Amino acid sequence: MRNEMTLQFTAVSENESFARVTVAAFVAQLDPTMDELTEIKTVVSEAVTNSIIHGYENKGCGLVTIKAEIEDDTVHLTVHDDGVGIENVEEARQPLYTSKPELERSGMGFTIMENFMDHVAIETAPGCGTTVYLTKHLTKNKASICN
Amino acid sequence: MSLSVDLEIKQEVLCIRLEGELDHHTADILRERVTEALNQHLIRHILLNLERLEFMDSSGLGVILGRYKEIAAMGGEMVVCSISAPVKRLFEMSGMFKIIRFEEDEAYALYTLGVA
Repeated sequence: MRNEMTLQFTAVSENESFARVTVAAFVAQLDPTMDELTEIKTVVSEAVTNSIIHGYENKGCGLVTIKAEIEDDTVHLTVHDDGVGIENVEEARQPLYTSKPELERSGMGFTIMENFMDHVAIETAPGCGTTVYLTKHLTKNKASICN
Repeated sequence: MSLSVDLEIKQEVLCIRLEGELDHHTADILRERVTEALNQHLIRHILLNLERLEFMDSSGLGVILGRYKEIAAMGGEMVVCSISAPVKRLFEMSGMFKIIRFEEDEAYALYTLGVA
């Protein structure tokens, strides 16, 4: 069965928790493991925080849109902002790289997304916003894994 | 769900016990509380107890790293204890255990920091 939902909210840090909890609640119908649910919450938090801090430069305005789509045992997430975009995507994906060291950023956001998801793609251009595509295949047939 | 920061000073060791969710939104609470304590009291080391932390992301790593730098600049050490499996994965992924020592529980961690 295929099912999808779209969530749109103001780019303020208060909504980081709201976004990850809402996506997790939607994905819960696929009966994921606790680890899988934690991984999904974490990557949503990373992508949304990037939009707020980098995309909209912490100005407290602008909208973040999350589209979540589930089909069989696969979760597709799209996190989009109309912010400043990323100039150098390869650099941004490097572990420990941050464009804002003064804000105590760890530079681990994209590394965590790549570790927790099966596929990560970034569509961006300076001045044209950023869209992050995240895909995860959930473990099938959990009963057999337990045995 | 927010973040609760419980601070206690035991013989120049600042014990930080976190409860709730540590993300970009709540990171400021931790930064302000710890920086204030470091400025007001004689503190040599930091012990971070994450037993009741339910969620953390890379913003949490960033603010913990910032506090490590503060205490390290003063010649002290940071020890983390009672860490959940998901949070431990983030620490491992980012190489945090190379600079922040891990101990199983608070009592033993305090003992290794010289608190009787």
